[in-house]
Amino acid sequence: MKRVGTDRVKRGMAEMQKGGVIMDVVNAEQAKIAEAAGAVAVMALERVPADIRAAGGVARMADPRIVEEVMNAVSIPVMAKARIGHFVEARLLETLGVDYIDESEVLTPADEVFHIDKSQFTVPFVCGARNLGEALRRIGEGASMIRTKGEPGTGNVVEAVRHMRTMQSQIRKVQNMSRDELMTEAKELGAPYELLLQIHETGKLPVVNFAAGGIATPADAALMMHLGADGVFVGSGIFKSENPEKFARAIVEATTHYEDFALIAELSKNLGNAMTGIEISQISPNERMQERGW
Amino acid sequence: MKIGVLALQGAVQEHLHLLQKLGVEAITVKRAEQLEDLDGLILPGGESTTMGKLLKKYDLIESLYQMHEQGKPLFGTCAGMILLAKEIEGQTESHLGLMDVHVKRNAFGRQIASFEANLVIKEVAEDFPAVFIRAPYIASVSPSVDILAEVDGKVVMARQGPLLASAFHPELTDDVRVHQYFVKMVQESMAKPSRVRV
Repeated sequence: MKRVGTDRVKRGMAEMQKGGVIMDVVNAEQAKIAEAAGAVAVMALERVPADIRAAGGVARMADPRIVEEVMNAVSIPVMAKARIGHFVEARLLETLGVDYIDESEVLTPADEVFHIDKSQFTVPFVCGARNLGEALRRIGEGASMIRTKGEPGTGNVVEAVRHMRTMQSQIRKVQNMSRDELMTEAKELGAPYELLLQIHETGKLPVVNFAAGGIATPADAALMMHLGADGVFVGSGIFKSENPEKFARAIVEATTHYEDFALIAELSKNLGNAMTGIEISQISPNERMQERGW
Repeated sequence: MKIGVLALQGAVQEHLHLLQKLGVEAITVKRAEQLEDLDGLILPGGESTTMGKLLKKYDLIESLYQMHEQGKPLFGTCAGMILLAKEIEGQTESHLGLMDVHVKRNAFGRQIASFEANLVIKEVAEDFPAVFIRAPYIASVSPSVDILAEVDGKVVMARQGPLLASAFHPELTDDVRVHQYFVKMVQESMAKPSRVRV
């Protein structure tokens, strides 16, 4: 008897991505560059976050034709983004056969109260989070993988660092609490009690946690690995850089060898310009993508 | 006994955890020099294209061949099986090309077709909880390869002398029986007088 869509199969898929780099791509050509550079998966999009930010307006699920084009171009897993709460976009992506869905704040939310009930799907989901409460609410809804939100499309790693540090420090705090403090902590964090209890006992999230949102250089990727990320998503950082192939390869190798500083220094030589970054204070709070999600 | 887990990418911690549960000294391996004093190596699940590129780039391939020539057991799970295989469907080049099997990648379909099933594994278990994730299978084997398990008539675990390969992920469960089998292979290889010690 074969059982599909189980938690073990959905979470296991993310376990296989650990130590790797997932890259945003907008067509087959970019997908092939990403695969050749050693990406563990690609995220098929209509526009990378930096362009979504620049274009303004409503950002939606990509044209299925682009998703299929990318799926046909590479043998590594293909992910795609659905709007927060837009379970029909998610169902469409599932029928296309994508390997993972990102219920993503990079797109304009379709629901300002509820997220998708991800437990009802066979395809696994990844969701963004800024802190432990948010991560556990998403896992409670059925997310099989978590990533920091960071601030997408900025090439500025500061928010991803903030979110990863916050999560790690909250996990350590919960682990060291006495058991009778957990229910109140669950209330404070807005997190399901059972999941908090699990963290108290194991000292880690029950799913893989990647870094995302502003990673633009090999050193950024290595920094996030040191802070406890299981792997990294690079959105605009690759194809908005001067030399995407070089950046892609260097970021993959820096993620694997994140403890070898001499090597990362070597990898960082002559890469050309990284994507142009944006200082977070220049983005008004209502334009910060990380504020989306509840 | 010391067993390494190739840690270029993928589900590394899970293998370490099961080996440690069996009381075996287990270390992560990213560099060729770390292979020298190992008695066996696990090539974990992950993305075979990623691991294949990093194996080449960081000159691990020659050292892995040396381990194999010394009779030290290698165990590949999922992507690791693809790394070991001599032939990969649709590709002209193999990665390590050590095991006489022809494998097909993502052979059961994309992620939505990933599944769990209880397996009969020869010499190991009657009901092993096997997790298949975008899994490959072995489409054909040479006569010197021993078939250990099948799903729907497809070969999903096999052994050829000191080489062991599974299409599924024994590291994603708490069941130690497959790892126990591999540890036994390592013990036996260490006991062989023919083995060249370095």
